[in-house]
Amino acid sequence: MHELAVCQSLLGEVARIAADNGGGRVTTINLAIGPLSGVEARLLERAFTVARAGTCAAEAELVIAAMPITVRCRTCGAVSEAPANRLLCGACDDWQVDLVSGAELQITSLALVDEPMPAAAE
Amino acid sequence: MCQECGCATGTGEVHVHDGHHHHHHHGPDPRSIEVVRDLLHANDHAAAHNREHMQRHGVVAINLMSSPGAGKTALLEATIEALQHRYRIAVVEGDLETDNDARRIRAKGVPAVQVTTGQTCHLDAGMVHQALHQIDLDGVDLLFIENVGNLVCPAGFDLGQHANVVLLATTEGDDKPAKYPVMFRAADLVLLSKADLLDVLDDFSPEKAEANVRALANAALVHATSAKRQETLVPWFDWLAAQVEAVKAPAQAAE
Repeated sequence: MHELAVCQSLLGEVARIAADNGGGRVTTINLAIGPLSGVEARLLERAFTVARAGTCAAEAELVIAAMPITVRCRTCGAVSEAPANRLLCGACDDWQVDLVSGAELQITSLALVDEPMPAAAE
Repeated sequence: MCQECGCATGTGEVHVHDGHHHHHHHGPDPRSIEVVRDLLHANDHAAAHNREHMQRHGVVAINLMSSPGAGKTALLEATIEALQHRYRIAVVEGDLETDNDARRIRAKGVPAVQVTTGQTCHLDAGMVHQALHQIDLDGVDLLFIENVGNLVCPAGFDLGQHANVVLLATTEGDDKPAKYPVMFRAADLVLLSKADLLDVLDDFSPEKAEANVRALANAALVHATSAKRQETLVPWFDWLAAQVEAVKAPAQAAE
């Protein structure tokens, strides 16, 4: 379970990006996560609801785009989807493939509003 | 709370529920900041610093990973015995608790720094950075980083190592690469440890283990080894020598 460590790192990056862009309250964090990143989206979401407290993203929503695993075959050139533990070419079954997507662990965008944090929840 | 969809977010943002876009118009419009930033950016930055630092001192760093009990420390003991007259070796030991492993390494006459991670199930670049400050890198050719025994979490954190070595004990299943693809995809070398037990184990096939590594599009060498039989470790020693060569050659050329 390393999702809490990943989540704390996420919040650090979000705070830096927000500060670099004039500050404010973060309302949405968009992520792209592939299965080969080793991070479970559901565990990250759960860690986020705890770890975000007291940060500029305390009320932010986490939106995670699950990226597919796709590989390009070095032998026949075909691009195909593959499960995490069988990264073989879908056309010719060769294992000599390059990963096109599926290992992402990225922030892709943030939404920020200028208003200060509300004093308390209703 | 949003009145439209009942979600707990504030006002003014655009967000997604079950694939549908809900536009919220009851607050100030948000600014959207497009970025591509790795979640582990800070760790990657620290790892790059470690790598550069070790490269400058001509140190080759090997990140050893496996499940608990696969024989990382026993492999290191046998490796130190065989190579300590050829290379100056140091070890960073990562464990949740105790400095037992560091003491085993020091007993072989090699400096070892214990990193006790407590609740953290992996080493990260910052922990290794701290450990590096306790080692005289000018006196080291080969640095082994023995990661926390765990086939999940350590795979995600770059430490600044030059290569990843993953041990798979013959007492585990030969399908471990299929069960832990993130870890075994990251391996630059896979050692099938405790190979002296293959004679009495009828359910571990080195060929199947290797096929499961290939199925991760990984061309890494897969060697069967036993820390108790030094002759089985020769391919591992040769592989280490090639790593040292690769790092030392450009460092010497730059001098």
